[in-house]
Amino acid sequence: MSILQVLDLGLAILVLAIAGWTIAARELFASVVGYVAYGLLLSIVWIRLHAPDVALTEAAIGSGVTGVLLVTTGARLRGAGGVETAAPPRLSQRLMAGALAVLVAAALAAVVLLLPEPAPTLAPEAREGLAATGLGNPVTAVLIAYRSFDTMLEKVVLVLAVVGVWSLAPDRCWAGAPAPLGRARPEGALLFLDQALVPLGILVGVHLFWVGADEPGGAFQAGAILAAMWMIVMISRLTEPPRVGARWLRLALIAGPAVFLATGLAGGGMAGGFFAYPAGFAKPIILFIEAFLVLSIAVTLPMLVAGPPRRSPQS
Amino acid sequence: MSASTLAGLVGAALVGLGLYGFIVSPQPLRKILAFNLIGNGAFLVFGIVARKGAAAGFPFDPVPQAMVITGIVVAFAASALAAALILRLQEETGNVLLDSDAPAKPPGDEAGAS
Repeated sequence: MSILQVLDLGLAILVLAIAGWTIAARELFASVVGYVAYGLLLSIVWIRLHAPDVALTEAAIGSGVTGVLLVTTGARLRGAGGVETAAPPRLSQRLMAGALAVLVAAALAAVVLLLPEPAPTLAPEAREGLAATGLGNPVTAVLIAYRSFDTMLEKVVLVLAVVGVWSLAPDRCWAGAPAPLGRARPEGALLFLDQALVPLGILVGVHLFWVGADEPGGAFQAGAILAAMWMIVMISRLTEPPRVGARWLRLALIAGPAVFLATGLAGGGMAGGFFAYPAGFAKPIILFIEAFLVLSIAVTLPMLVAGPPRRSPQS
Repeated sequence: MSASTLAGLVGAALVGLGLYGFIVSPQPLRKILAFNLIGNGAFLVFGIVARKGAAAGFPFDPVPQAMVITGIVVAFAASALAAALILRLQEETGNVLLDSDAPAKPPGDEAGAS
């Protein structure tokens, strides 16, 4: 066994052990903290799969923003006295659930081991089309050029999720602001984090957007990092979540999918196909779309974490 | 065993762990967490499909990878909606445990379980 193999095996054991801990831990908070650590380790697994774009997304959204969501929701549940410890299920139930889980996992493992060789692949097609887009990162090209319709619809899903969360607001709070993310006045450590990390994080986010055309990165990762910076500032109570009725907020939420769709429709008239980009202009158009996507993602993720409006619009 | 096969097996095990937690945990926030484990496992299994599809000078097939990125974002959106629903449920009922053996539950009502 080479060193790398030993490290791979250790990483696999560590990921599974922490995943098991998040399931087994009695305390909700311990389980959530375990989940964040697990997500960061999982992104290293993605690096080992030669998927740096996925690793960045997993670290930023799968682990980071989801972690903030779980911590915030857990704190709100506890604040309202909702975290009760229930008696664990009966042994027979647990045995049956365990047997089912082992069966499903074994079937999936068999699929992984018996994958066809050579595997079906669309990589040659992606390589062929890459030159026409002027991009260097094939994953970005797939997301914004070849399968752009999917990506546009996924942005619509994000907007729908925001609508779903907001519609859970009581009537009197409609168009008001969500509850604050942090509870207390800012502490020294959090303020230091604001001053040291946020300016740097905004730079990193813009950088990831810009290099995403040719290197690992892109609209999703950049937007998630900018969203995280806004959430840090909100958690330390230097700024509060905005009123959901604010026009700028609503415009920012739909800017990404709207510009994406408008460009796609314009392609129908000017380039001879829905979501076709005119030859030679593909890269600037893709960067133009991505800029608005970054804005929308950076605004959508914190609003999803902040939850439904909790204060009446007048206050 | 190659690194990618090992990652695929980790994915399979994560689906199993998540499924178990999803069934046995009575606390809905823990169910969301377990559901995310299932999702991560499914993405990893898809990740090894992307890795095996290496061709044309790429060390991976970019199409499944792009779909996984889309999937991670959609999974977060679903988790956020579920979390908001839990908080609303707690406001309405004062209790969020989905415990099939809870004594306070009216008899014959099985809809709250699982």
